[in-house]
Amino acid sequence: MKKREVALAALGIFVFWQISATIIDKSILPTPMVVVPVFFEELFSGKMLGHALSSLWRALAGMLLAILLAAPAGLVLGQSKSLNRFFSPVIYLLYPIPKVVLVPIVLLFFGVGDFPKIVIIFMILFFQILVLVRDQAVALPTELIESVRSLGAGRRALFRFVYLPASLPAILTALRQSVGTAVAVLYITETFATRQGLGYYIFLNASTLLNYPAMYAGVLAMSLLGLGLYFSVDWLERRLCKWQLID
Amino acid sequence: MMITLKNTNFSYKNTPVFTDFTWQVQRGERWALLGPSGCGKTTLLYLLAGLRFPEEGELAIDGDMITRPRPETGLILQEYGLLPWATVEENVGLGARIHSFYGADGVHAPSHETHVTRNLSAWLERLGLENLSSKYPSQLSGGQRQRTAIARTLSLNPDLLLMDEPFSSLDALTRADLQNLTLELCSEENLTLIMVTHSIEEAVIMGRKILLLGNPPNKKPMIIDNPFAGKEGYRNSRDYTELCQNLRRQMEHA
Repeated sequence: MKKREVALAALGIFVFWQISATIIDKSILPTPMVVVPVFFEELFSGKMLGHALSSLWRALAGMLLAILLAAPAGLVLGQSKSLNRFFSPVIYLLYPIPKVVLVPIVLLFFGVGDFPKIVIIFMILFFQILVLVRDQAVALPTELIESVRSLGAGRRALFRFVYLPASLPAILTALRQSVGTAVAVLYITETFATRQGLGYYIFLNASTLLNYPAMYAGVLAMSLLGLGLYFSVDWLERRLCKWQLID
Repeated sequence: MMITLKNTNFSYKNTPVFTDFTWQVQRGERWALLGPSGCGKTTLLYLLAGLRFPEEGELAIDGDMITRPRPETGLILQEYGLLPWATVEENVGLGARIHSFYGADGVHAPSHETHVTRNLSAWLERLGLENLSSKYPSQLSGGQRQRTAIARTLSLNPDLLLMDEPFSSLDALTRADLQNLTLELCSEENLTLIMVTHSIEEAVIMGRKILLLGNPPNKKPMIIDNPFAGKEGYRNSRDYTELCQNLRRQMEHA
């Protein structure tokens, strides 16, 4: 996709929003002409910025934690047949569980603050990365491993020159697939037991303050958070995995 | 003596492949290991490469017992040997990077190796890859991929080159071209060559000596001398055709 096409699509969506808001003409659907200035005002006056930074921090911390734990675990499972045989049924059972239903339990265990939110995001991403990295490691041809070993590579060099670069696309694919879900679930966790985060900000403006333009500014910020993370992953993939984009 | 196998036993999945097997290779010789699939020729190559180990008996290369891949031995497999995420240039330089990753420790890289920045561009040029250096393996033809693998292996200055059916997935013309190139490189670099093949014609082209393996277990090596291999025009000579027919008969009887 070209940048121009994406920009045009964004413009189209705003035009559609503007027209439908003008036609419907209700306070619960303000036009983008109203929302966008409020968005910048809330962001730079400081009311929304803190919330946005909290959400961003939780999302990034959850992602980072998931990568740091899931990628090595996936590599180990991918290299050891017996460990993989042992853990496969466990992963098979846990992988499809919608992690969002665990939100109340995680909150009960970890209480208020950033940590339970990070744990939820971690859980969503962990299994996705684990499974993709493991399958990638399993799929590495034995011939490739033997060839690189014949060049003198021991365990450490194999890790550095084969397993690490091989797991990179799997990590990025897993992130791209699940970053949207992670942000969605982040929103849910932020609507209770916290006073920080975009979820809380949206919820507060929608139900207590009845400040709809500010609520929409929050929705816009949360969307941009999801988009920004998605775009970053996309950008990294294009930079680091050039070889996969060649036909 | 380059390679000494003495009273070697090796089984694969509880089936003995080699029993009390003894075989010797002199420095600078070119051998073809020929036999039907399942005869143990690839197993023998993996033993020499230090990727499998005999259960009993002795396997020494250049006087040293083999307990792991030997840094002076080069190995080229049929396919999938290149890193798919690395360009031709990066693939050719992989060995040098691995060697400098460990340093000249005598285990991963030869202990006498002091310089790791080898002349990689000269090798790219020798193999005709200079215009492909920024391409990825998926963008190459099968022949170009094997040229890359050869450049990568030879840039480490091996004294022994092991090849496992390296050209069997190539078309006839490319195969003949790479066979000739391999013969040239072997004499340029004073390499001892051991090539596994299931093709009688390839064995006769490549092997000054041919080790014929049969259905396992292999006990006594059957060795055929092929003194004219590598001579110009050998492909079209009567000696070549006769030896091919002769070998076919022997394989059918084995």
